[in-house]
Amino acid sequence: MRGRWKAIAAVVLSGVLTVSGCGGSDDEGGGDASQVEVFSWWTGPGEADGLEAMKADFEKKNPGIKFVNAAIAGGSGTQAQAVLASRLQNRKPPDSFQGHAGAELLDYIKAGQIEPLDDFYNENNLRQAYPEQLLQQITYQGKIYSVPVNIHRSNVLWYNPGILKEAGLSGPPKTVAEFIDALKAVKEKTDKVPLSLGAQWTADHLLENVLLGDLGTDAYNALWKPGADWSSPAVTKALTDFAEILKYTTVEAASTDWQGAAKAVVDGKAAFNIMGDWAYGYFVNPAPNGLGKKLDTDFKYAPAPGTDGTYMWLSDSFTLPRGAPHRGGAIAWLKEVASKEGQDLFNPKKGSIPARKDADRSLYKGYLEYAINEWNKPGIKLAGSFWHGVTANKKWHTDIDTAVGLFLQDRNVGKLQAALVEAAKNSSQ
Amino acid sequence: MATLRPRRSKKWLPGLLLVSPSIIAIGVFVYGLIFWNMRVAVSGSHDEVTPYGFDKGRNFVDLWSDPSWPPAVRHALLFTVVFVGGALLLGAFLAFLMEKGIKAEAGFRAVYLFPMAISFIASGVVWRWLMNPAPPERAVGLNQLFDRIGLGLLANDWWQNRTWGMAAMAVPAIWQMTGYVMALYLAGFRGVPDDLREAARVDGASEWQVYRYVVFPQLRPVTLSALIILGHISLKVFDLIMAIAGKQIITYVPAIATYVEVFDRHDPANGATIATYLLLAVALLVIPYLVWSVRAERDR
Repeated sequence: MRGRWKAIAAVVLSGVLTVSGCGGSDDEGGGDASQVEVFSWWTGPGEADGLEAMKADFEKKNPGIKFVNAAIAGGSGTQAQAVLASRLQNRKPPDSFQGHAGAELLDYIKAGQIEPLDDFYNENNLRQAYPEQLLQQITYQGKIYSVPVNIHRSNVLWYNPGILKEAGLSGPPKTVAEFIDALKAVKEKTDKVPLSLGAQWTADHLLENVLLGDLGTDAYNALWKPGADWSSPAVTKALTDFAEILKYTTVEAASTDWQGAAKAVVDGKAAFNIMGDWAYGYFVNPAPNGLGKKLDTDFKYAPAPGTDGTYMWLSDSFTLPRGAPHRGGAIAWLKEVASKEGQDLFNPKKGSIPARKDADRSLYKGYLEYAINEWNKPGIKLAGSFWHGVTANKKWHTDIDTAVGLFLQDRNVGKLQAALVEAAKNSSQ
Repeated sequence: MATLRPRRSKKWLPGLLLVSPSIIAIGVFVYGLIFWNMRVAVSGSHDEVTPYGFDKGRNFVDLWSDPSWPPAVRHALLFTVVFVGGALLLGAFLAFLMEKGIKAEAGFRAVYLFPMAISFIASGVVWRWLMNPAPPERAVGLNQLFDRIGLGLLANDWWQNRTWGMAAMAVPAIWQMTGYVMALYLAGFRGVPDDLREAARVDGASEWQVYRYVVFPQLRPVTLSALIILGHISLKVFDLIMAIAGKQIITYVPAIATYVEVFDRHDPANGATIATYLLLAVALLVIPYLVWSVRAERDR
């Protein structure tokens, strides 16, 4: 009897296993160029239009390749990255996926999930097309793993000119010390919020700007090298300033995301906000996708205090996953992403600037004109944004976020610095 | 005997065949994956590259020195105490009022039950706005309401209070689940036969004594079920907090920590360890309940 039971169980079990096990075959795909599945988190206004424009150009140039848009909604890709992680672990990668250029890709690189693209860069003469510092900063152990399509700037100070006038300030602060004085002036002389802040991650964004402003570009960049010294007095000074600046923010910060915080400036409720330049599109675009505000009257911009002459950049880039089912299609897509036409079609819509040096500058107006001129200015220094994936891998990034989150509660600078030292040590980057 | 055997198997075989797909599916997808989760928890694999080893359960200890874990546990406990306690008391009270016979009872019942039909993620968006801690000049939501009706002193910083914030986070959960608890208790009250109450009254018991000594003792099974149901919802709370506060440390709880460890931090071992702790915590609630209900069934 027991034998028969076992036999039945075995039959049923094997049935289940065949059902669940099918589809596990892994074809290598070689140079299949019949289609390309492009995975991104570009679903919002502007970015989705930019992707659509690039797709149209791609299909015109590659009539035989079917473009499959596998975009997943969710700000800065948190949901998309969770889906991507499971697809990569199941060895079912898309043909190309979006990722922030730089250290955020390290987990994929170490897991052997994406291929180096040095040959692709050489064949398409891309080493001359991109700024040298940018390529240096996205090179890992001598190899490049992604193709940047755009550049955003992290170190932008948005301010309300009316409130600054009311507070008796002649212009935006140039250093972190001036910034703290300006915040104080706003607090004392007006009834407005000195610095609007959003949820925890916007404090991380503020932290990277204060670190850059206080330490300077070289010392900031050195923080992300192996064996960096996070316990130095210079870092203590920057963190003390960070703590001081946070005193001028709102109690309801945690209830607001970056949009709410940025909106407070153009609505005349707050004097300053430090946010990346995606805020610009949000300010000027007509409703419902933006606030329809005017540059110079409703708001103005300046480099974040102490960071003029440095471009703290972040970049969306595309990769070539190992075992991409349609490798030929993926290569064709990467060519589109790297091309001058592709980048000039995408970026004006997305509200960012091309990573390439040879873009058509007449397409970029208002703030973007300033951004593209800064990006291509001789002598500009580049610093990678840690919060937006350039200089810190996922583990380091999350650990700093935790340290900042705890700091927002206890406001203990010593503990914050100790946690940052620990985070750098544990990053295994 | 020889003829009896096949007949016996005829009796159980069709039944077994009928349930075996679900037994196997549950075996693989529930218990198999629980086992796999525990395997990952002790694998010592803190990134997605290191092959699985065996760390002898060290990670279950190490987790406690992770700066974000003790606050997560504290938040979950505070949330659970306030949410379960609040929903039980309020639900029982509402059921008691209903039981005393009010007009349009069916209407009230529906009103109190409706919040349950909304998902936490949807109501969370509204509560995020309601529980905004801004000072009077920028106030929105409940703080603005309090300010307008002259109860400004009731305005507070809700879940952004550094010590008691998670208690405020329980308010939306109480709002959502009280109707359900009320329905459970109402069924319990109705299940107490009128004869018993009559008998007590004949014996000279006051109305309070009827409830204290006759009705409430009969509600113990209801209370226990409600406790278990709310308790496990509370320990696993994820969507409500995600909608109201996102992944911020100020409202960090174990379920959010699992998500962050696995998908943001790319640390499968930590994620699995937290998931195992969650499972153990829920098991502490559920297993005694199962034992108790099996025993109660046997005694019947």
